[in-house]
Amino acid sequence: MVAEKEINNEGVCSQTGVYMKNEMELIFDAISNNESFARVAVAAFVSPLNPTLEEMADIKTAVSEAVTNSIIHGYENLYGYGRRGEVPVAHPSIKPGKVRLHCMLGGDVLHIEVEDKGKGIPDISQAMEPLFTTKPQLERSGMGFAFMEAFMDDLEVESEVGKGTIVRMKKKLGTDSWIGSEE
Amino acid sequence: MEEFQIIDNCLMVKLPREVDHHRASYICEQADRYLLQENVHHVIFDFEDTRFMDSSGIGIIMGRYKKIACFGGKVYAIHTDRQIQRILTVSGLHNIVKILE
Repeated sequence: MVAEKEINNEGVCSQTGVYMKNEMELIFDAISNNESFARVAVAAFVSPLNPTLEEMADIKTAVSEAVTNSIIHGYENLYGYGRRGEVPVAHPSIKPGKVRLHCMLGGDVLHIEVEDKGKGIPDISQAMEPLFTTKPQLERSGMGFAFMEAFMDDLEVESEVGKGTIVRMKKKLGTDSWIGSEE
Repeated sequence: MEEFQIIDNCLMVKLPREVDHHRASYICEQADRYLLQENVHHVIFDFEDTRFMDSSGIGIIMGRYKKIACFGGKVYAIHTDRQIQRILTVSGLHNIVKILE
C-alpha cells in the first residue's frame, strides 16, 4: 500500500500529470429515483481522468449497489417506483432519510463514501456474503456487496445498529492497460 | 422502455436502458403477469437497449428462473454487451442463463 500513499500525498494524476484533489459531496433523499442520479453524478466526477468504458461501468455499478443498499436496507424504502405514472416523491409510503455520497480524487485513486443514518447492519460479515439477503421477498439477488468488492479495489464497511452505515470504496484508475496485457 | 412479447412459448422481455432497483419491481410484476396468464415455458431477456445493470437485474433474472425452472423452462439472454456479460459472469448467473449471440 506504499505506492498508494505516495499517490495520495502527491495528488498528481499519472495520466494527465495534473495535480488534482477534487471532491464532491451530494446529499439526496433516500428514494429510488435518485439511484440513477447518484451514479451519473459520479461518472461525471471521474470523467476528467478519462476512465475506460469498463472502469466507468464498474464505478457506476458499485455506486448503484451502495446507494440502493442505503435506500432499501438503511431506510427501508423497499420498492422502486420506476413504473409508469411514477409515485410522487412525497408519497406517504416513502420514509424520509438522506443519503450522503462523498467522492474524492487523489491522483489516480477514486475514493467513494456512501453514508446513511438508517438502521445499520448487525452482522457485517454475514451481510457481505454473496446471496445473503434480509429481504428475500423483494427478489433481490444478495449480490450487492459482492459486486462492490468485485468492481472496486477496496471496500470497507462501518455500521452501528440504529445509527447508520458508511461504505468506503477505492478504485485506482488507469490500470486496465497492464491488466489487459497480463491476461 | 421495457416491452413484453409472447413468441410461441417464450416470453420476450426487452429490458430498459438502465436496469436498477428503481425499475426492477415494475419489470418483475409485469413479467410475472405474463408468466401466469400465458402458456409460457421459456423467458428471453433482450439487452439490446441496456447500457447499465446492477445486482437488481440479477434479482430479476433469478426470480424468473425460479418460477419457470421447476417446469423445465429455460432463461436466455440476447444482445448482451461486454459489460452485461461481465455482470452475469461475476454473479455466476451464466451457469443458468444461456447467453445467445
